[in-house]
Amino acid sequence: MAVPTSSSVDLSAALVLGPTTGADWLVILPVAWCFAVGAVLVMLRRAVGLHPIIAVAGLVGLVLIDALLLGHVAAHGPETMVMGRWLPPFGIAFTVDLTGALFALVAAIVALAGGIFSLADINDSGRRYGFYPFLMLLMAGVSGAFLTGDIFNLYVWFEVLLISSFGLLVLGSEPEQIDGTVKYGFLNLVATTLFLVATGYLYAVFGTLNMADIARKAEGLRGSAPLMTLTALYVLAFGMKAAAFPVNFWLPASYHTPRVVVSALFAGLLTKVGIYALIRVMVMLFPVEREELSFVMALAGALTMIVGVLGALAQTDFRRILGYLVVSGIGSMLAGIAVGGPGGIGGAIFYALHSMLVMTGLYFAAGIAARLGGGSSIATVSGLYRKNVGFAALTLMLCFAVSGLPPFSGFWPKVMLVKAALDIGAWWLAAALLLAGFCTVIATGRLFLLAYWRDEPGAAAETVRLPPVVLVPLAGLSLLTLGIGLYPEPLLATIQSAAAGLAEPSAYLNSVFPAGGLR
Amino acid sequence: MKSVIFRTVAPFLTSLMTLFSIFVLLRGHNEPGGGFIGGLIAVSALAIYGIAHGVETVRRAIYFHPMAIAGAGLLAATVAGLISLFAHVPFMTGLWIYPSLFGVEIPLSTVMLFDTGVYLVVVGAISSVALSLEERGGE
Repeated sequence: MAVPTSSSVDLSAALVLGPTTGADWLVILPVAWCFAVGAVLVMLRRAVGLHPIIAVAGLVGLVLIDALLLGHVAAHGPETMVMGRWLPPFGIAFTVDLTGALFALVAAIVALAGGIFSLADINDSGRRYGFYPFLMLLMAGVSGAFLTGDIFNLYVWFEVLLISSFGLLVLGSEPEQIDGTVKYGFLNLVATTLFLVATGYLYAVFGTLNMADIARKAEGLRGSAPLMTLTALYVLAFGMKAAAFPVNFWLPASYHTPRVVVSALFAGLLTKVGIYALIRVMVMLFPVEREELSFVMALAGALTMIVGVLGALAQTDFRRILGYLVVSGIGSMLAGIAVGGPGGIGGAIFYALHSMLVMTGLYFAAGIAARLGGGSSIATVSGLYRKNVGFAALTLMLCFAVSGLPPFSGFWPKVMLVKAALDIGAWWLAAALLLAGFCTVIATGRLFLLAYWRDEPGAAAETVRLPPVVLVPLAGLSLLTLGIGLYPEPLLATIQSAAAGLAEPSAYLNSVFPAGGLR
Repeated sequence: MKSVIFRTVAPFLTSLMTLFSIFVLLRGHNEPGGGFIGGLIAVSALAIYGIAHGVETVRRAIYFHPMAIAGAGLLAATVAGLISLFAHVPFMTGLWIYPSLFGVEIPLSTVMLFDTGVYLVVVGAISSVALSLEERGGE
């Protein structure tokens, strides 16, 4: 029972004996914080009036923690904490580098915007069904996925966020929501199973699950082990999660059915977790195999972009259009991962962060438009511009941003990606990127023309006031997009060092195995 | 269920099984057992009570809503990890104290708190499912 304190066993071979500082705790705090707030919300299930207050306060806390974490990682390099004091690779490590911290911070900002928007979107029955506990547990899963340094642990966080997302999707229990959830659930379970199979195979080959350890050992095993098979399995699993062509069909089939704020959060967070995992595995763990698969991925990326945007052009439902635009954006990120190099990877990371902010904002706009116009089909909704000019202006900003037009955040990653594609001579990929951007302009232009500029037949135009809880998150995200577009320098510099840290992960390895570590 | 024998035996069976589930939970640190299996035994006990005396009786008997119990368990597990913050060791490190009560040394640990959390989560979540299924089944 009792641990012998004065034994002759040398514990330094198994345990981390140095003291843990407060800064180390930032690594695990986002996840622990979300769990704690979520647990309190579950316990207070009768006091639904308190839920929004606690949840929004909790999300503000999460943004602050993630901002501190990003600041710490930017100043001191990657940070590792191993659960239960065991030495890596035996203990489960949480390792945060710039990429993970950036994704976690933007995810927290998106979740906070969603939390505020939900004040108007989620009614008492949604609260009783547990919207806020699910939201906090979803954020625990998302943060865990971005911060973990262990590939099986990444799988566990995927499960956590998947289960919470089921709960959020069926909120309301309407037949079509259950239909959407079944499609979403089935496809995602297939993807997670593939992920699990690949991870089991990887463990059989490597004998370790720690990402730093895998990155270290991949070099020596490249000649003998079937790393190509492993990488291909991971690409398929994460591609399904990220809704890449040809496994993208679940996304437009399910994203228009739940509550607006739920689709907004899903569009902002879930597919990007797949992209993040793809970047982590392809770029950091298996860079040589990424090079081999480059053409396949570039092709998949180009097709995802084009198929996505064509789908958006064909739809008339506001939220379905957005679902296809999410898919199209995933194509651009895939293209970046396929091209590789600082420009490609940096462009993919930048595009992912931009897409998180913009797609969430656009779903908010779809929700407000449905409220103002009394429907979600752009064939019938009209005259939104006359009803609320400020709202129309914010939507227009987001439409520009998603199409990649300056001066908004979509412009810079697009420039980076096109340049990176041209640099390696993939002119067709650059052309696909530009064509997808052009078609997005048409798709969003059509949306804006029909739903906003077209006058409502008959009715006299009068201004409709919108409550601040729906406008504040929309305005916040739009202004953030504008800010990043106008002054991209700090973010761009951070992203470039993040991409460099992925391509040359010696700092990451050092943080897990200080001074060479064991063996 | 109408059987007189079953209705008479059920309360005794339930209390015995609940006691056994706590035994299994505490045994779990060094021997087979633990929070998950202990929680399942406790839920079976509640289910037997529910089949014999009706769901309402069980809900009154456990006083808290099952989901609130699960939330408390999740909180306990999180707190068990966070205690190590104050001992300057990484998250989830097992910490022990040995208070002595009437001359008997009782080893308490964060690991046990975590396992108790797991026990409560299992009891809460599964009994929530079981009770609502039983409620619907009677209609």
